[in-house]
Amino acid sequence: MAHKAALMPLACFAVLAGVFAMALLREHNPAILPSALIGKPAPALELPAALKGSKGLTPEALTGGITAVNIFASWCVTCVGEQPTLMQMKKDGVTVLGIAYKDSRENIALWLQKHGNPFSAVGLDEKGRAAIDWGVYGVPETYFIDAEGIVRHKHIGALSMQDYTAKLKPLLEEMRK
Amino acid sequence: MKIISALFLLLILSLPALAVEPDEMLKDPALEARARAITHNLRCLVCQGEAVDESQAPLAADLRKLVRERLLAGDSEKTIETYLRARYGDYVLMTPPFSPTTGLLWAAPLVVLLLGTGIAFFFIRRAGKEG
Repeated sequence: MAHKAALMPLACFAVLAGVFAMALLREHNPAILPSALIGKPAPALELPAALKGSKGLTPEALTGGITAVNIFASWCVTCVGEQPTLMQMKKDGVTVLGIAYKDSRENIALWLQKHGNPFSAVGLDEKGRAAIDWGVYGVPETYFIDAEGIVRHKHIGALSMQDYTAKLKPLLEEMRK
Repeated sequence: MKIISALFLLLILSLPALAVEPDEMLKDPALEARARAITHNLRCLVCQGEAVDESQAPLAADLRKLVRERLLAGDSEKTIETYLRARYGDYVLMTPPFSPTTGLLWAAPLVVLLLGTGIAFFFIRRAGKEG
């Protein structure tokens, strides 16, 4: 009995080491937070147009079909990298809406001219208040909304082509069903 | 000696630097105190270990303003908390709320204490019998 008790510290250590190893080896990025909006109706869109002569965002913009709402900014360096992916998504029949976060109309116009404009409408969120409504904590973020107006997925950070083909395309297929 | 006491007085009068900008503060001290209490328990999503009340991040400043606007509009603490939790999840609160998923977290200290007491009792009683 006495030598059994002597093994107790070792057993405790083994259990603790196991717990820590599990936490360390798990693929988990603490900077990526799950969205509380998934499975819930998308927040109301009500933003003035960011581009002259084009539409702003209204609640009707979300009805019918699959919509991607992309929160970006012309001052955001990583946002440049996802423009080709957004263009491809548009080609694949996804309605891409933009929310320009803490940006100016002049800069947005120049930026979209330079990097391509996949958006069917861009709303200007000058104070960043609409972004809070969506639970945004850093640009770029992209929300995927189904035909019923329910948020189905959130992508944090720039959307690479690889992310799109590997993760999002299957999800979009499922959303179309 | 006088200099030392003067310096000491200065030291105890100084307050920790706060992130809240003077122009963010509300005129009504009671309302401002409520705002501070709320933002003290809100997590800054960008700098995760920090509270919104202490953070210099632009998003934290936006959240401080939002909380104050809501209070001025007559919203209660509960309404503001519900609004933010619906958008950022329970993670936005510095103190995790008690729910089925956090139950284990809250119960863990008690469970460990009971377990430890049990083990201690077992060994003490056995030692008593042997002696």
